Amino acid sequence: MKLFKKFAVGAVTSMSLMASAAYAQVEIQWWHAMGGRLGEVVEEIAAKYNASQSEYVLVPTYKGGYEDTMTAGIAAFRAKQQPNIIQIFDAGAATIIYSKGAVVPVADLLEKYAGGFDSTDYIEGVRYFYADSEGKMIGMPFNSSTPLLYYNKDIFEKVGIDAPPATWEELEAMAPKLKDAGYQALAQSHSPWIWAENFMSRHNLPLATANNGYDSTDVKILYNTPELRMHWTKVKEWLDNGWYGYYGRGWGDNQDAFVQQKVAMWLGSSGSFGGLTKSAEFKFGAAYLPYWKSVVDEPTSTFIGGAALFAMAGKREEENKGVADFLKFLTNPEMQYFWHRETGYVPITNAAYEMAKADGYYETTPDAEVGIKQLTQKSGEWTKGYRLGFYVQIREVMYKNFEDILSGKASVEDAFAAIEKDGNALLARFHDTYK
Amino acid sequence: MKRVQFEHSPIPYLFVAPQLLIIAIFFLWPAGQAVYQSFLLEDAFGLSSQFVWFRNYADTIFNDSWLQAAWFTAIFSTLVTLLSLGLALLLAVKANEVIRGASTYKTLLMWAYAIAPPVAGLMGNLMFNPLIGDMYHFMNSFGYDFDHKLHEVDAGFVVILISVWKQVSVNFIFFLSGLQGIPKSVTEAATMDCKSPTRRFWTITFPLLAPTTFFLMVTNITYAFFETFGIIDTTTQGAPGGATTTLVYKVFQDGFRGADIGGSSAQSVVLMLVVLVLTVIQFRFIERKVHY
Repeated sequence: MKLFKKFAVGAVTSMSLMASAAYAQVEIQWWHAMGGRLGEVVEEIAAKYNASQSEYVLVPTYKGGYEDTMTAGIAAFRAKQQPNIIQIFDAGAATIIYSKGAVVPVADLLEKYAGGFDSTDYIEGVRYFYADSEGKMIGMPFNSSTPLLYYNKDIFEKVGIDAPPATWEELEAMAPKLKDAGYQALAQSHSPWIWAENFMSRHNLPLATANNGYDSTDVKILYNTPELRMHWTKVKEWLDNGWYGYYGRGWGDNQDAFVQQKVAMWLGSSGSFGGLTKSAEFKFGAAYLPYWKSVVDEPTSTFIGGAALFAMAGKREEENKGVADFLKFLTNPEMQYFWHRETGYVPITNAAYEMAKADGYYETTPDAEVGIKQLTQKSGEWTKGYRLGFYVQIREVMYKNFEDILSGKASVEDAFAAIEKDGNALLARFHDTYK
Repeated sequence: MKRVQFEHSPIPYLFVAPQLLIIAIFFLWPAGQAVYQSFLLEDAFGLSSQFVWFRNYADTIFNDSWLQAAWFTAIFSTLVTLLSLGLALLLAVKANEVIRGASTYKTLLMWAYAIAPPVAGLMGNLMFNPLIGDMYHFMNSFGYDFDHKLHEVDAGFVVILISVWKQVSVNFIFFLSGLQGIPKSVTEAATMDCKSPTRRFWTITFPLLAPTTFFLMVTNITYAFFETFGIIDTTTQGAPGGATTTLVYKVFQDGFRGADIGGSSAQSVVLMLVVLVLTVIQFRFIERKVHY
């Protein structure tokens, strides 16, 4: 008993000591989903921020993949233990934004505590994705990437191809040559993202009703279109011809096929650039995501993928102030340029892009600019993004049906009819839940 | 008539109390929560909810993808249970007969027991990797176009193989100790009566192993239903086209990945009922045939 008393006294004193230490500086919790090298860069950002001021202490915590981080955030919010900042990925955006009262819009925070907010500071392809229908930014785009085509320059030279394909028609023309030389022409790492969502954006086609879902949760999906059905009919043909290699749903498995030179071209993310530089033992280049000349003459920009930082609601005012202060720090040109250079994700502000240009970064590494150039290509009515509920499940439905097309289990017509039916059922469920 | 009653002491209740508390906290309370949540449409963050009776059940049970998962779960659990029990029994009987180097054999066969399902899954995934996997190349070397990324049967084969491999060692340990528990006098008497070892096995040894077999069957079905989750998540993740999605994996996909708490709760309540029925069947109809 005596021992216990001693222990208890000790614990209380040390706790009060810790509390007084934290009293001086406000702690800002940041839960993120950046593992590996990206996680290290996040730690560096936090260290830089903490060194830059003394009022707040930013504590980043890695919570696993995108879904794990979102699930952790949801569980924490329900237990009233939520972090100040949480990183939520594109497909989960609708869930957090439509849960009324889960987040404080970052535009409001910056307006109130950090001396204003101007969305035109942000590059156009990034500005609207995590915004509401009036364009007010709810989440701050953090790791923003866009799908690109990577090609193996050594193979191209060996086979006698000068330039990467700008259109899918060009790809079809060069695929037989590659096949004769023993290579599959193409692999890709995320079929719903690249060959459904960004397909729509690239060809300026609507993806869902109600302004791609930004205006309402009462929305229907528009994937069952002749253009997308045509594309997947072609993809199945490519697979059967040995032009396209499907290495499963795993991102890395498809990238590995490119790294190991089984395929000559790979559709990945602009954020893959850094990793490829380290792993590929050949010269490679990055190019724009191809489009169908038969659908549009001039392609439009793609969406951003990746994730955004959301400020969770229910926090004390001084903590929210700290969140605004950090977001301001994060979006300053130096930090954005640092993030861009270290990871390959695109800089989200015009000023940071200008800084990278002025610094001559793109003269030494021109491939690093392809992503941001694609995002700033001509925009169209349907290029600003989408906001659809239960989108993680809708992507699962797409994966399932795309695989059924590829394995020959379902016809393209049946598969897209199923996507439309199951997708709309999920959207209706989401609408009834979040209305 | 006055019934004879012993003086009751409260002590036994005190002894079982911790166990009851554990059951209440870790089973009854969450199960009750699941039932309650299954009647609600609630946003992920729990900020608004409405009572919708059986809407979640209507939306998520008996649709195509749920039926596909249920069908796969049935085939998968049956095959995993039968194969891992059968193989383990064969190995245990053979290992029991070995005299020289017996402990080496036994240790080697128990080896895999220490491996957690996700680790087994990761190793299996590597062996079946289309680029560097030896098993993948081995399967393809027979001229059969093996592709578990697209072919349903092949994907099913991969997850069943890994699940069985992982479980055989556990069953092996139990069968072996069961075999060693059979009195020598019984087997010797049997040897005098009957020459055929196969017949002796089925008429004497196997019936004496029945309690072990029954226990293992119950645990193996539970394993196939729930614990193989780690293997599926690290290998196929339910692909291709949902062909290797078990009911548990679907609960996880919808609830944890997709943040649909109501729908996922409804599915887990149904799953709970399925397992309950299965357990009742096992104890009422199969256990009767077991002699202890």
